[in-house]
Amino acid sequence: MNVSHLVAAAGLTILMAGPAMAARDYISIVGSSTVYPFATVVAEQYGKSSGAKTPKIESTGTGGGFKLFCGGVGVDHPDISNASRAIKESEMKACADNGVKEIVEVKIGYDGIVLANAKAAPEFKVSRKDIFLALAKEVPDPKDPAKLIANPYKTWKEINAELPDSKIEVLGPPPTSGTRDAFVELVMEVGAEKIDSLKAMKKADAKAFAKVFQTIREDGAYVEAGENDNLIVQKLQANPKAMGIFGFSFLDQNADVIKGSVIDGKGPSYEAIADGSYPVSRPLFFYVKKAHVEVIPGIKGFLAEFTNDKAWGKDGYLADKGLIAMPDAERKQMAEVVSKLTPMAMK
Amino acid sequence: MNDNGTNTAMNASPNLLAPASDLKRRYRTDKWFQRIGLGAIALSLAFIALLFFHIVREGHSAFVRANIMLDIDFAEKHFVKENLAAADYTALVKQALTEAFPEVVDRRDKRQLFSLLSSGAAYQLRDMVLANPRLIGTRQQVWLPADDDVDMLQKGKIDRNLPEENRRINDRQLSWLDTLASQGRLETQFNTAFFTGGDSREPELAGVLGAVKGTMLTLAITLMLSFPVGVAAAIYLEEFAPQNRWTDLIEVNINNLAAVPSIIFGLLGLAVFINFFGLPRSTPIVGGLVLALLTLPTIIIAGRAALKSVPPSIREAALGIGASKMQTVVHHVLPLALPGMLTGTIIGMAHALGETAPLLMIGMVAFIADVPGSIGDPAAVLPVQIYLWADSPERGFTEKTSAAIIILLAFLMTMNSLAIYLRKRFEIKW
Repeated sequence: MNVSHLVAAAGLTILMAGPAMAARDYISIVGSSTVYPFATVVAEQYGKSSGAKTPKIESTGTGGGFKLFCGGVGVDHPDISNASRAIKESEMKACADNGVKEIVEVKIGYDGIVLANAKAAPEFKVSRKDIFLALAKEVPDPKDPAKLIANPYKTWKEINAELPDSKIEVLGPPPTSGTRDAFVELVMEVGAEKIDSLKAMKKADAKAFAKVFQTIREDGAYVEAGENDNLIVQKLQANPKAMGIFGFSFLDQNADVIKGSVIDGKGPSYEAIADGSYPVSRPLFFYVKKAHVEVIPGIKGFLAEFTNDKAWGKDGYLADKGLIAMPDAERKQMAEVVSKLTPMAMK
Repeated sequence: MNDNGTNTAMNASPNLLAPASDLKRRYRTDKWFQRIGLGAIALSLAFIALLFFHIVREGHSAFVRANIMLDIDFAEKHFVKENLAAADYTALVKQALTEAFPEVVDRRDKRQLFSLLSSGAAYQLRDMVLANPRLIGTRQQVWLPADDDVDMLQKGKIDRNLPEENRRINDRQLSWLDTLASQGRLETQFNTAFFTGGDSREPELAGVLGAVKGTMLTLAITLMLSFPVGVAAAIYLEEFAPQNRWTDLIEVNINNLAAVPSIIFGLLGLAVFINFFGLPRSTPIVGGLVLALLTLPTIIIAGRAALKSVPPSIREAALGIGASKMQTVVHHVLPLALPGMLTGTIIGMAHALGETAPLLMIGMVAFIADVPGSIGDPAAVLPVQIYLWADSPERGFTEKTSAAIIILLAFLMTMNSLAIYLRKRFEIKW
């Protein structure tokens, strides 16, 4: 019967395909969605110029990437994990437990996080304290700073008389995003520390303090706009009153329709992020499994492409995509780590 | 008699000859119901029209691309190495641009000039030379892809009247482009790369072929598994299985399975096919297996409904002239039920075609630039490609997103028309 032939054919295909796929001849990369746009460009360049297979890159988020990366050694596990923060001790331990003992840490550059609004809207000059007061779920009572109350601020002007009298409406990333982690750490925590009563609280009860700066308000002033930063850009154009939080590369690519706010006296420009004077910036990394370098073809070539000045240099193609290059000395040092494949110290 | 009296009398024993007094009201309700129904259809059609209009308006410009024509001098001095692929093709492009604008000498200005062309231009020249080494030593006029910013400008998606600092193309670049345009060297032409290329991070080079092929491979696996298994399961359950508590349980479970959120199937696929069987991540084989699980319940349910709708007289007649149970089913019932089963299959396949959630778990949401050659190569599918492009920072990907949606819809329509054709061919009227 026809049907049984089909079933047999399907079964046979699967059986035959199994052993043929045991080896892997392409690089498998996982990790941060922030590093994804940069790693993909390098992968494409590498694939085109070398004629080898283009590395496969999954955007799983930093934490999700490490989970896969630390799963073990072997072709079933990824070779490289991108990260928008340094690897945590717990992740390193998970790696070591699964036999991933030698990891090479490569810092590739910096990324700025911007608070932006439509080109037509007035320019914002805020401090991180202002942002904390605008977005935290609980803030100190203005009358009695020792007491925490639900965030009463409705407009920016209520927080700081110099800011426009418009409703607080911020579109930003959800908690699963690395951008959100960095935003909380670089803006909300620092902003909270600027308030005396919270500073005292940090000394007395660090856990309670962490809860205050990590909890973003849920009454509609902060809108979780998903991981899609393009959508935020479009919404900002449609609604000049709203602000958005996203990576610098989206501001860079859309500078004709949105503009970045000045935070603590510095606007988000390439130069300000590169020299570290713009306060909300973070380093980006990728991690290489040393045990895979000799096994999977092409890893060395990919690393060489990535750490070439034509890619990650000041005038490199990654800079065109919005990556902030490291200073020359740091780049040189990193390139050496990569060429020698010096593994990081495992804790 | 007063009105009240008439009503009570009529309620007791309706006079069929005299028109009922609420007849008008009943007709009115009837008419209103029809109007509401018509309104509902009109509204849904309007929404579909709006959707299509929006997508086509956004996406049609992705089918053309701004190209720049340059005089490329394939001088022999560039090809001294053994390996033709290793020659410096970027230098050829740069040289041609410098010849076209000899007045540009400053290093910074040159960088801006070179940025008018896509990084894909050098690879296009390389492919030309590899395909035809006789080009070496000649001078050719070649159309090369322009940078995505130039492309956006040509399509009016970057406003050239904005102040310079708000534009990604500055005034000098604009003047160069105007010169090129006046010489007829800057044109928007049909974008073949969109149909012949894999994914790329440069909007002007990105194509859907990788995703289309990935979709075909994945759906082929899905169809090959879910159709025979689904049909066999439906036939057994409907024609052969005894009616008892076990078959009831199986039936309830199949119906529930059809309503399970698709991401659950992805988790199952991750646990079973990748972690247990060790199949490679991000490949059409795993994607096809997961989507086959997803479509199975739909096909079984539709298959059983189709078998049920075959009149019992057919079965009885076949059994009556001495056919076995198996012969009855295969020779008489199945051919009659097949059109209905095909409808169910096509609904299931259309469902599978649009899925991204389960594929996320098995690593198919990934940047894959190479066009897949077999079911063991990493591949993306069309909905994943749409999602990835929608999330890219470059402006040029906005139109690519809509264009990929158009391709997905075209794919769906082709699949559906094929099913309708097959159904019409197999359909038997009685």
